[in-house]
Amino acid sequence: MTRISVKVDGTTYEDEVEPRLLLVHYLRDRLGLTGTPVGCDTSNCGACTVDLDGESVKSCSVLAVQADGCAVTTVQGLSTDGEWTGLQRAFHERHALQCGYCTPGMLMAARDLLKENPRPTADEVRHALEGNLCRCTGYQNIVRAVLAAASDEEVRA
Amino acid sequence: MIPPAFDYVRPRTVEEAVRALADGGEDAKVLAGGQSLLPLMRLRMAFPQLLVDTGRIPGLRGSRMEGDTLVVGAMTTHHDVLRDALVRRHAGLLAAATATVADPAVRHRGTLGGSLAHADPAADLPAVVLALEGELVAVGPRGRRAIPARDFFTDYLETALAPDELLVEVRLPSTDGWGFHYEKFQRVAQAYAIVGVAALVRRDNGSIAEARVGLTNMGSTPLRAPTAEEALAGAGDAAAVKRAAGEAAEGTRPSRDTSASPEYRAHLARVLTGRAVLAAAGMG
Ligand SMILES: Cc1cc2nc3c(=O)[nH]c(=O)nc-3n(C[C@H](O)[C@H](O)[C@H](O)COP(=O)(O)OP(=O)(O)OC[C@H]3O[C@@H](n4cnc5c(N)ncnc54)[C@H](O)[C@@H]3O)c2cc1C
Ligand code: FES
Ligand code: FES
Repeated sequence: MTRISVKVDGTTYEDEVEPRLLLVHYLRDRLGLTGTPVGCDTSNCGACTVDLDGESVKSCSVLAVQADGCAVTTVQGLSTDGEWTGLQRAFHERHALQCGYCTPGMLMAARDLLKENPRPTADEVRHALEGNLCRCTGYQNIVRAVLAAASDEEVRA
Repeated sequence: MIPPAFDYVRPRTVEEAVRALADGGEDAKVLAGGQSLLPLMRLRMAFPQLLVDTGRIPGLRGSRMEGDTLVVGAMTTHHDVLRDALVRRHAGLLAAATATVADPAVRHRGTLGGSLAHADPAADLPAVVLALEGELVAVGPRGRRAIPARDFFTDYLETALAPDELLVEVRLPSTDGWGFHYEKFQRVAQAYAIVGVAALVRRDNGSIAEARVGLTNMGSTPLRAPTAEEALAGAGDAAAVKRAAGEAAEGTRPSRDTSASPEYRAHLARVLTGRAVLAAAGMG
């Protein structure tokens, strides 16, 4: 067992973990943060995307011990006092989801894009979401939602 | 799936890492970005007993110039390579190919050194470093040595690195002023290349003075295309480039898989070499 200290959505946790524990399983099974789903066994789908020290990562492809000393933001840490971010509102308003399984990862990947590139083109949005698979929507409304969020001043604030 | 159990250490220095690798023997493995190793372990296709996490060793990230040579730390992530001003200027081909690797989340973790040490012939960066005529610097219990890229990739997923050697940096002679292009043929976005071609071109008076062609996924290792390179020297127009590109599959032994037959791969190598060289030469 290895001792880790990780800040997740603003709360610091100290834990003993097996080195083989994946970050996504730590979040879901140990911390009960089931907002971050697992969608594949091959690191392809991006459903598990979280923010690790300011960068989007696939939490199924990071060990919990690698996150020792780091700050993680999951989809559950986006809203403040129950108030959605502009990006979340845009997903809701533009029907950017059907079953919703890919949505946490889409939100985290889109958020990462908007941090680096606040005014992306549709093409840039598609490239940025290349690692996130959606089996329902056909992507069209997801791209629209990200573009809508980008033109909304509040998102970037 | 859950990876098999292993021990984990996180050394603070290169020396500590090398010692841990030497103590762990054949069953120890470096964990860099983990973007190839952890997926393999999740699928239970790799069973290391000890992972030596090199993610927190200072000094293995970023780039610097030593004379005309660009030195890139092995632990530099794909994401950082893409944004590195020295890489863009002195090894534009590396930046261009890195932009086609995986997706943003994988590029935040995956490293240049990890991609080269993994030595997947379908990965994009090995053929690029071969075309850039780079050197890979390794540190082991017996000291430090530089391995030319042409001697580094020995077979499918095999390199000249000993199990107790750590790749620390990649040295790339500057190709500032050369034209470059990476042409990748893939079935869907975020996928490995069915075939990829890395082209570097030095022009003189409008025609090609020197061309280098690196091939991704045309055999069990990344390859150069020497017959095409020779034929390209002196080519002055698109027709001459396309003729020379017809030699790009000479001497290769591409594999057969669910995406392509060897014959189709050879066809792709010829067509993509034409496109890559024309783009690199600004003749496209
Ligand atoms: C969904 C997905 C898509 C991808 N698509 C592409 C693609 O299109 N093109 C492409 O080229 N790659 C692709 N990759 C692979 C990606 O580029 C990896 O980042 C890279 O292959 C491995 O780098 P890493 O740092 O993650 O290495 P790791 O996974 O940590 O290590 C890989 C291997 O190299 C060894 N190793 C690592 N670093 C060192 C070192 N410094 N010294 C000695 N040995 C070392 C490890 O022991 C291990 O055996 C993809 C990966 C994923 C998950
Ligand atoms: S669950 Fe992580 S990429 Fe699919
Ligand atoms: S909404 Fe169902 S997978 Fe995207």
